[in-house]
Amino acid sequence: MAGGVGRASLRSGLGRVRGLGSARDGVSHWWMQRLAAVALVPLSVWFVFSVATLRGASQAEVQAWIASPFVTVLLLLVVVATFIHLAMGLQTVIEDYIRDGVVKLASLLAAKWACTLLGLASVLAILRIAI
Amino acid sequence: MDARDALMVGTNSDGKPVARPLSPHLQVYRPQITSAMSIFHRITGVALGFGTLLMVWWLMAAAGSAEAFARVQWFLGSWLGVLMLVGWTAALFYHFCNGIRHLWWDAGRGLSIPEVEASGKLALAASAVLTVLAVVVAVIA
Repeated sequence: MAGGVGRASLRSGLGRVRGLGSARDGVSHWWMQRLAAVALVPLSVWFVFSVATLRGASQAEVQAWIASPFVTVLLLLVVVATFIHLAMGLQTVIEDYIRDGVVKLASLLAAKWACTLLGLASVLAILRIAI
Repeated sequence: MDARDALMVGTNSDGKPVARPLSPHLQVYRPQITSAMSIFHRITGVALGFGTLLMVWWLMAAAGSAEAFARVQWFLGSWLGVLMLVGWTAALFYHFCNGIRHLWWDAGRGLSIPEVEASGKLALAASAVLTVLAVVVAVIA
């Protein structure tokens, strides 16, 4: 049998080994979404309860909290993992529910741009306080 | 019109065109915890996406002027701000608990119907507990 498989297939042996499928990116979107999700399990709990204890804090207190090295790094991780996970999740939802090609493409671009913009703005704000 | 619409068009025995139904869809099913929690996962995910605007606003205000920070503090302390924060927390913990459920399924575990229904109830209960806990922490802080 072609490619050594036990059943007839039109896919070449090389194509099967590469495992990239017709979209040429294999399971990378699915896998990246899960990597970000797993990272967000501890990070999101830490973020919510930390911010909850900051209720009513002054700007100086908030800045001092963000500027402590441990918090700076964790906050940057929260922001990066959140916007990667969000961009990929929104892409999935848009692809599932929007049929029209132009509207779909425009929505995908808007979602990606918004996530990039908001993520960069957050990173800049954190670094500006921390450095 | 796309391919799915085309599939719905047929003719009856008199030769008159009729719109034929697709396979059974949402409207014919009794609501189930499985389907309801699935769509709610997406709804909370998208809602949390809009909720990140609050986080970004807060971070940028903290890095900005005293007036900017005072404005965001004023908004987050208003009834609308508190409502949004509590709603955001509830949505986050729902998406969090149900997301762990999804990761468990991704690992190939807990896929039988009784297990899926039990884990759904567990995720609902856990997200309620975590939300109340976060609100309590914020109130006593």
